[in-house]
Amino acid sequence: MKDLLGLEALTPAQIEHILDVARPMKSLFTRSIKKVPALRGKTVALLFFEASTRTRSSFELAAKRLSADTLSFAASTSSVTKGESLLDTAKTYEAMKVDFMVIRHAASGAPELVAQAVKARVINAGDGSHEHPTQGLLDIYTILEKKKRLDGLKVVIVGDILHSRVARSNLWGLTKLGAHVTVCGPATLIPAGLPEVFGPKVTVATRLDEALEGADVINVLRLQRERQQGDYFPTVREYTELFGLNTDRLRKAKPDCLVLHPGPMNRGVEISSEVADGPRSMILEQVTNGIAVRMAVLYVFANPEGLPATPPDGKQAAKAVTALKALE
Amino acid sequence: MTSPKSPETLLIRGGRLIDPENRRDGEFDLLVAEGKVARVGKSLAAPAGAQVIDAKGLIVAPGLVDIHVHLREPGNEGAETIESGTRAAAAGGVTSVVAMPNTQPPIDNVSGVRFLLRRAAETATVRVWPTGAITVGRSGERLAEIGAMAEAGAVAVTDDGNAVPETQLLRRALDYAKMFDLTVIEHAEDKSLMADGVMNEGPLATRLGHKGIPRQAESIAVARDIALAELTGAHLHVTHISTRESVDLIRAAKRRGVRVTSDATPHHFTLTEDAILRYGPNAKMNPPLRTEADRKAIIEGLVDGTIDAIASDHAPHTRASKEQEFSAAPFGIIGLETLLPLTVTQLIEPGHLSWPDAIRRLCSGPAKVLSLPVGDLGEGQPADLVVIDPTEERTVSGFSSKSQNSPFLGWTLRGFPQLVLVEGRVVLRREALRAAPAR
Repeated sequence: MKDLLGLEALTPAQIEHILDVARPMKSLFTRSIKKVPALRGKTVALLFFEASTRTRSSFELAAKRLSADTLSFAASTSSVTKGESLLDTAKTYEAMKVDFMVIRHAASGAPELVAQAVKARVINAGDGSHEHPTQGLLDIYTILEKKKRLDGLKVVIVGDILHSRVARSNLWGLTKLGAHVTVCGPATLIPAGLPEVFGPKVTVATRLDEALEGADVINVLRLQRERQQGDYFPTVREYTELFGLNTDRLRKAKPDCLVLHPGPMNRGVEISSEVADGPRSMILEQVTNGIAVRMAVLYVFANPEGLPATPPDGKQAAKAVTALKALE
Repeated sequence: MTSPKSPETLLIRGGRLIDPENRRDGEFDLLVAEGKVARVGKSLAAPAGAQVIDAKGLIVAPGLVDIHVHLREPGNEGAETIESGTRAAAAGGVTSVVAMPNTQPPIDNVSGVRFLLRRAAETATVRVWPTGAITVGRSGERLAEIGAMAEAGAVAVTDDGNAVPETQLLRRALDYAKMFDLTVIEHAEDKSLMADGVMNEGPLATRLGHKGIPRQAESIAVARDIALAELTGAHLHVTHISTRESVDLIRAAKRRGVRVTSDATPHHFTLTEDAILRYGPNAKMNPPLRTEADRKAIIEGLVDGTIDAIASDHAPHTRASKEQEFSAAPFGIIGLETLLPLTVTQLIEPGHLSWPDAIRRLCSGPAKVLSLPVGDLGEGQPADLVVIDPTEERTVSGFSSKSQNSPFLGWTLRGFPQLVLVEGRVVLRREALRAAPAR
């Protein structure tokens, strides 16, 4: 597989392979060795057509930890403001012989459009309401690190499912690895046909208290306040009343339930400070894991054949990464 | 129209003449003289100097009448002009095109209609019938000078691309247009429900992360428009219907005697929303491609006559504008050159429509919707006709249109035109069909 466009296209084994590589990556950069030469000589272009701080910083750091050169681009200061098309921008970077294009774009499908036109590997860093595969992977990584398994777990995703690429990548990844997912949010923010798309492991709910019963993981999505203007819900206050996660509500879930949030948070809106800063919160852990997962993605896709169709077993993959340490 | 060749005396001999309006379907000879159908009969003798065309094994039919075409002139000549668009029409066997008024500026006044007619006289290969906007600037706010445009030659009014959003204004437009026996063509769509949708709402849109257009955005508007046709007694034509519900609503309205007609496009009877996965922005149109149940309902509507006409909604867009992110690319595909072969391959060959019924939906059906004096081959009628080889197979590899935005590139289809006449002039002749010497 040449590009990482979404988790929809990945097999469970491919997802697990990336996670297997991410684990030793995490121990690499969280310990003394901050940099390995795995991607020395490679260039990673960070093409962010839509504003983002954390994902971009995370990819940049991941690339640097692997000794790749990085090239940054922000639509607001680029030729895009002069009317250049997406494909022309991509072909320009292709002509600079970059090896990776990490693309964030407001339009669903934009990374795929680029991927079809360039030889460089394209990593989707979030496209419209479509997918955000590395976020999905890091959420799964975080859950697995604590829970050791996904099979049979109940994960609740709360918030604006309709516009959320994070929700879609989570839905693909979690269901492929055997979790049951309940999506919960205002009926106006739940897209049509979810069970048809994601199958019987997915349940749609609009009452959060009921949805949370027996939950092993809660993934709280960021509420974009501008949705109120679209009349998806009457007021932020009412949204918080119905869908905000607070300590009381958290009691409905299992005692060891994890709380995830892709950030940036609206404290006091979709999540209370007590929960965000509480013992179940994985929010900062997710940020750390994000770097490990993105290192793993870059590392795996740097192979000549990209992500292998039938990946090697986990121990072998981990061993290869651990060997990198010796080189440094 | 330009006259590349003056009308010839032509005897088309031995073809299967299909002319439903004149109840003909069989082997007839057809004599073209002075731009008209001079005679139709068995074993006609060729007059001195006449060219004889051997049409054995071929189908001779009236030229196609496409009542939904965007020629893009004035304003977007990079995508299409009257010259290139009508050449594409000729290449597709279409001898009459009804031009939509959503040009830049829109055709919403007499000078716009006159401009179109003048440019057509200077550059067009086939007949161009202008339409005018219902409202000034197509903005849905106040009535355009419908009477004056009718006087100048507009054959219908439409804000195509938009519905008329205000129900009261549409009611007035219907009442008003009725004075001039003018059809009101509605692009039936509830804009607020469509919002910024880019494809059919449903599981596929959810999966791709695209904003959906619910089918009800169309059926609500169709229901409203039918109610207003009933209220006013005016003739409403609902163009490019795409859903089962729309077909059902129009069928029921026709049964009640409401003056409503409709058309559907080849892409809506050929493709479903899944085409987006393969063709991307070349499968993005408005109304959007729907589901298999809708596709079948459109075919049923064409079979039982609920849908009067097949129209292409030929919508040229430059390569640059279509090679964009799906959400940013404009709606629409070209269709003049695939109208006939898709009808043959998708409707006739599988047995949904007989040849005569298909010809009716392509020729006399659309002509009657707008009372155009074309679409049949009765003696004395203008010699607008097409000779079709029903078996010749071709892989679509490019178009005469200035734009190439079609999902049907690479498709292998049958039923391409071999000879096309407009008012007796040859506007298309394929090599295979050379004139035989006169006897």
